[in-house]
Amino acid sequence: MSAGARGVRIASGQGFWGDWLEAPVRQVEAGPIDYLVMDYLAEVTMSILQKQRSRDRSQGYARDFVPLMGRILATCIDEGVRVIANAGGVNPLSCRDSVVQVARDAGYAGRACIGVITGDDLMDRLDELLVQGVGLRNMETGEPLEAVRDRIESANAYLGAAPMIEALRQGADVVIAGRTTDTALTYAPMMFEHGWASDEWDKLAAGVVAGHINECGAQATGGNTGVDWESIDYSDIGYPIIESYADGEFVVTKHEGLGGRVTVATVTEQLVYEMGDPSEYITPDCVADFRTIQLEHQSDDRVRVHGVRGGPATDQLKVSISYLAGYKAIGRMTYSWPDAYEKARAADRTIRARLDRLGLRFDEIYTEYLGAGACHGPLAGPPRADLPEVELRIGVKHSSDRAAVDRFTREIAALILAGPPTATGFGGGRPRVQEMVAYWPALIPKTRVQPRVEVEVA
Amino acid sequence: MRVRLLQIAHARSGDKGDTANVGLIALRPEFYPILLKEVTCERVKQHFKGICQGPVECYELANLNALNFLLHDSLGGGGTLSLRTDAQGKTYGAALLRMEIELPDELAGLIDGRDPEGMP
Repeated sequence: MSAGARGVRIASGQGFWGDWLEAPVRQVEAGPIDYLVMDYLAEVTMSILQKQRSRDRSQGYARDFVPLMGRILATCIDEGVRVIANAGGVNPLSCRDSVVQVARDAGYAGRACIGVITGDDLMDRLDELLVQGVGLRNMETGEPLEAVRDRIESANAYLGAAPMIEALRQGADVVIAGRTTDTALTYAPMMFEHGWASDEWDKLAAGVVAGHINECGAQATGGNTGVDWESIDYSDIGYPIIESYADGEFVVTKHEGLGGRVTVATVTEQLVYEMGDPSEYITPDCVADFRTIQLEHQSDDRVRVHGVRGGPATDQLKVSISYLAGYKAIGRMTYSWPDAYEKARAADRTIRARLDRLGLRFDEIYTEYLGAGACHGPLAGPPRADLPEVELRIGVKHSSDRAAVDRFTREIAALILAGPPTATGFGGGRPRVQEMVAYWPALIPKTRVQPRVEVEVA
Repeated sequence: MRVRLLQIAHARSGDKGDTANVGLIALRPEFYPILLKEVTCERVKQHFKGICQGPVECYELANLNALNFLLHDSLGGGGTLSLRTDAQGKTYGAALLRMEIELPDELAGLIDGRDPEGMP
């Protein structure tokens, strides 16, 4: 660790679209940071945003980001905190326009630089790419994209750090991206601040590890921890902050005075989250080896991370393609003591018999009994005899027959009067038919994707 | 002595498609060799009988005193295709901690020290 130098502090503000709205505000207000990075895009989010844009050409981005910027922009500009977020979804330009407006409304016209990154969206280029021989085959099954071509809802390449670094170089106070890798949101400012070259693999790999720790928000600071969770103040939880040094080492910490906890245990839990082969954590900018990570408890709420090794990046980018795979619906009904579990089972038999008489066929009907062993299935053992209540939860799905799924949603309510006793908890009304979106992971040569960066003064 | 993994380890689980990953972390470095010896792919596959329909892979992370298990075909299709409450395997880490294993008696005294900061 470079002696004396204050690290660059990169704070995580959102782990997904829907995460705690107050978290990024607190990251900005509760202590010093240099960057606020926010991840808004799960795979499912891209297809939702694509639908929103198809209904309204000005939509298709994480709308919550705009009022959030209204709350924090002035403080960020005044205190030199730069914001990087993939809130742009499938419409980064509209998101940028909205944020520019926010900056003007806040009195920062002429003083706020807003950057935007495009080029990840392949939706309009799919046929061209296929003609040119970029097969976009499913990297798990090897199937050609033609198998789902007419049902595709979104297609985006995962961009790396380069365009974000370029936006920062051009002076952007706020960088809005579409589909980037979650980890690059954190390691792009590390590369920019420390001037790391694109082939300093060990440093980049350390950045990837820092990004993995930051990308799920409070999951690194005590959220979901299995170790002494009872002693954590979740109401006031602090989100992670990476304190990064030029040699690649960094410290995971959080603002003093906020709740939560940073320990070797909480950081390790986040490191193994959604992990595949730890020796090959592939990103657009390097391949990190998670078997080389060394963690060291430094002091209260400070964990030092060092020793990370990595290797050269591949010449391809991952592409996430979503396509419509059918329809599903989930129905629920609660039954109380006595014999709650038996009544829920009788209700399940009732529904199945009625669906059968209607001649409806589904790809799957799946029943769970919440409170009587749903999450852990057979591992939980048989349910207790005197359960106070059980929630029946029946799901059906079909790859194409929306009408059948819709008919199922009308059968649940009939249990209220025409089924076993003590049925309750149906205040939410008829279940909704949901479109099922499936994912098609593929690869594209990096040379086929040209990210574009625009930075403008509000 | 017979112990539940819950007494000597903690865990975090998540999803990638229809595959669940379960990271199993020793609460103390002394317990890591026990996890390596006792919590094999075969035992994990057997433990998740009825849930895991595919093969189980295991990766070692000695640097973190952790094992990473991949449970294939375990989430009813995964993502939005699944009809399950736990479509993303979020509770499978806890499910693995139900497993009972044999702990050498000389390590029994370390069990109550559930203090991660006590680690060297």
